[in-house]
Amino acid sequence: MSSPLGLYQPGDSPLHRTPAGWKFLGLIAFATVIVVFDEPVPLALGGVAVLVGFVTARIGPGRVFRMMRLLLVLLAAVFALQWWLIGPESATVVCLRLLVAISAANLFTLTTRIGDLVSAIERGLSPTRGLGVRPELLGLLVGLTVQAVGALSTIAEQTRQAQRARNATRSVSAFAVPFLVRTLRHADELGEALAARGVGDTAPEEPERSEHAPPERGDD
Amino acid sequence: MTESPRPSEGRSGGAQPAADLARIVVFAAFTAVLGTFPGIYLAGAAVPIVLQNTGPLLAGSLLGARRGAASVLLLLVLVALGLPLLSGGRGGIAPFFGPSGGFLVGWIASALVVGLIVSAARRPTLAVLLPANLAGIAVDYLFGVPFMAQAIGDLRAAGVASLGYLPGDLAKIVLVSLVAAAVHRAFPNSLPRRKAAAKA
Repeated sequence: MSSPLGLYQPGDSPLHRTPAGWKFLGLIAFATVIVVFDEPVPLALGGVAVLVGFVTARIGPGRVFRMMRLLLVLLAAVFALQWWLIGPESATVVCLRLLVAISAANLFTLTTRIGDLVSAIERGLSPTRGLGVRPELLGLLVGLTVQAVGALSTIAEQTRQAQRARNATRSVSAFAVPFLVRTLRHADELGEALAARGVGDTAPEEPERSEHAPPERGDD
Repeated sequence: MTESPRPSEGRSGGAQPAADLARIVVFAAFTAVLGTFPGIYLAGAAVPIVLQNTGPLLAGSLLGARRGAASVLLLLVLVALGLPLLSGGRGGIAPFFGPSGGFLVGWIASALVVGLIVSAARRPTLAVLLPANLAGIAVDYLFGVPFMAQAIGDLRAAGVASLGYLPGDLAKIVLVSLVAAAVHRAFPNSLPRRKAAAKA
């Protein structure tokens, strides 16, 4: 699930080639316009524009459907509820507006490489460096977290197997407690590894006195 | 990026920024992994009960306010960047544009509130964790329901739509509190140490 590409769909369309920062501003502008209109016709036109975007970016309907599946269920519920509470016209406008704005957001995500977006944000945030923000950390955090997702998926699987081996009850907490303890231990190991590489050492404060005592390595 | 460790704020995080960073990163990943567990369809409901929104509660319960909220913020940033880390493999900016986008943003406040309450107590017992997590869920609704009302243009409809999640969320509060209490017993050093405790 956590492929380094994320939801990005490789391609060479004009949408793919637009710089990430400008594309994002475009998305925000489009969404703002969509929110302002409350008549079906301009909203439908917006929808057509997004559709054209999907076609030029060569993104297949299957891909889009998979991304929107849960949303469509929710929209159907909203539509029914709105129809019942207010009326069919308002239900159409509300759902059409949501559908168009969300599709545009999906189009943005599908055509924008995460790395490009990270660099765009780092560049955009660089003036805030004076305020103590360190935008260059973002790329590092993305990489570290993606790795941690992989590590924790493995830990979850191991915990599940250990639970099965012990014939433990299948209750959620019989799984969750050992999983969380192992998760926290993994965090401690990662912290030590990062400290060893000097990551996160910004201000050399008071040289370490006895810090976190290492947790008892009791078995879970 | 924004969670550059600050030496202020009453030295909450212990003396190692690297350890803080690791906890933040690993808990962001933990909440993402929660999203990969299959949802439970209860009583033929159209939307499954998923475990992912227990992540922010657990982050606040186990890491405290500052690191818990930072880990949720990190997860949401990664989602917005386009990683499919939300339950059901969702990701990108779209989930934030959807009717339940407010509930996502509310996760940050949720972790913050839970962490503040848990850290204010002398010990993270069940009697502290239950009200803390109840407050955490309440804060999430405080963000989520008005946002949904704005998105679908009607507060009543938003209220009705959110009501369906309430029983599951109440059950999750109990579950999270029981689990967090047990984890605190097994791994007592997860919360940032308070000054009094640090001197002992």
